Amino acid sequence: MNSETKKVITDPLFNNNPIALQILGVCSALAVTSKLAPSLVMCLALTSVLACSNVVVSVIRNHIPSSIRIIVQMIIISSLVIIVDQLLKAFLFEISKQLSVFVGLIITNCIVLGRAEAYAMKNSPGMSFLDGIGNGLGYSLILILVGSTRELFGSGTLLGYQILPLVTDGGWFTPVGLMLVPPGAFFIVGLLIWGLRTWKVEQVENPEYQIRHVHRLEDA
Amino acid sequence: MADYMTLFIEAVFVENLALAFFLGMCTFLAVSKKIETALGLGIAVMFVQGITVPVNNLLYQYFLKDGALAWAGLSDVDLSFLGLISYIAVIAALVQILEMAMDRFVPALYSALGIFLPLITVNCAILGGTLFMVERDYTFGQSVVYGFGSGFGWALAIVAFAGIREKLKYSDVPNGLQGLGITFITCGLVAMGFMAFSGMKF
Repeated sequence: MNSETKKVITDPLFNNNPIALQILGVCSALAVTSKLAPSLVMCLALTSVLACSNVVVSVIRNHIPSSIRIIVQMIIISSLVIIVDQLLKAFLFEISKQLSVFVGLIITNCIVLGRAEAYAMKNSPGMSFLDGIGNGLGYSLILILVGSTRELFGSGTLLGYQILPLVTDGGWFTPVGLMLVPPGAFFIVGLLIWGLRTWKVEQVENPEYQIRHVHRLEDA
Repeated sequence: MADYMTLFIEAVFVENLALAFFLGMCTFLAVSKKIETALGLGIAVMFVQGITVPVNNLLYQYFLKDGALAWAGLSDVDLSFLGLISYIAVIAALVQILEMAMDRFVPALYSALGIFLPLITVNCAILGGTLFMVERDYTFGQSVVYGFGSGFGWALAIVAFAGIREKLKYSDVPNGLQGLGITFITCGLVAMGFMAFSGMKF
């Protein structure tokens, strides 16, 4: 594997993460992560749609008139999402019920359209496929982190197995209800971004407004 | 009438699309730096949501639902698997038509909202509203109320949030948290505020 391909796959993981840096596809990252199992299914669904749509868009990129390219991309993406949705309903009915409208919302997930527009329209099918996989993995990384934190601390389980014994069952762990409600998701993603940017300092945003340093008289 | 009122209040506060279901988050975070732009986008969403949800409701009731084609003599046809692609096509087409109609008849409104309209096609709050309407099997009347209410709730949330962010830029935020990080945490606090409405009954 040469360095170019490696970069396409690994860059979206930490250096250019779709959720933490590009602010794409945030909705589903927050909405489906109260349990780990639906998060994993969502990652799989999104990564496959992303990789396939990137390939299809890239294959026909020279034949799409630029004035209607958004519509063409949307049609391709929604057809792929319909396939994924039907597959989930057929084989993982319980989880597809839990994901409710969010599988359908992959259509409007900005990562998919964003990558089709920004990468697949300009690059070869093979590279576009890898780019799709890479960005899918970057998205999955955040989802899995958030999903496991929320399930572990919110209900003491992981994938439904009891990890931390609950007080109600005679154990020691009192579940943190905040983790399961919407605000908890915002806090965890916020803290995750803080952590990532403490590690990768170049991602820190400049403040819009610099507070003036006040020099006191005593210092002078 | 009381039913519609309850549905409206629920759609605005308890089941706020942005803060309880995280829909339209990308635009919510990206376009909430200034109150004026947030207000423009909020009104545009309310407008489009109020039209697309009822239109998609009609489409669902008379074309896609299991047995909906009975009026055409095809009582055992179920086209509901075509739902996603038809809804997004309806949304894209309606936004386009709306844009042209506004340009022709209310140019002032068009120049104020113009840049936001194309963005709305890929705003998940719009498609999400339609999908919730289908999942909960609303009647036409309910879908009008729900569409308008959920759009209003989204607009309310983004304007309130923009108000907080305008003040937030003067505060001293730790380096790594600057920008996106603190935005998420503030958003969590706002969502917590909205959770207080969840016990309300009418």
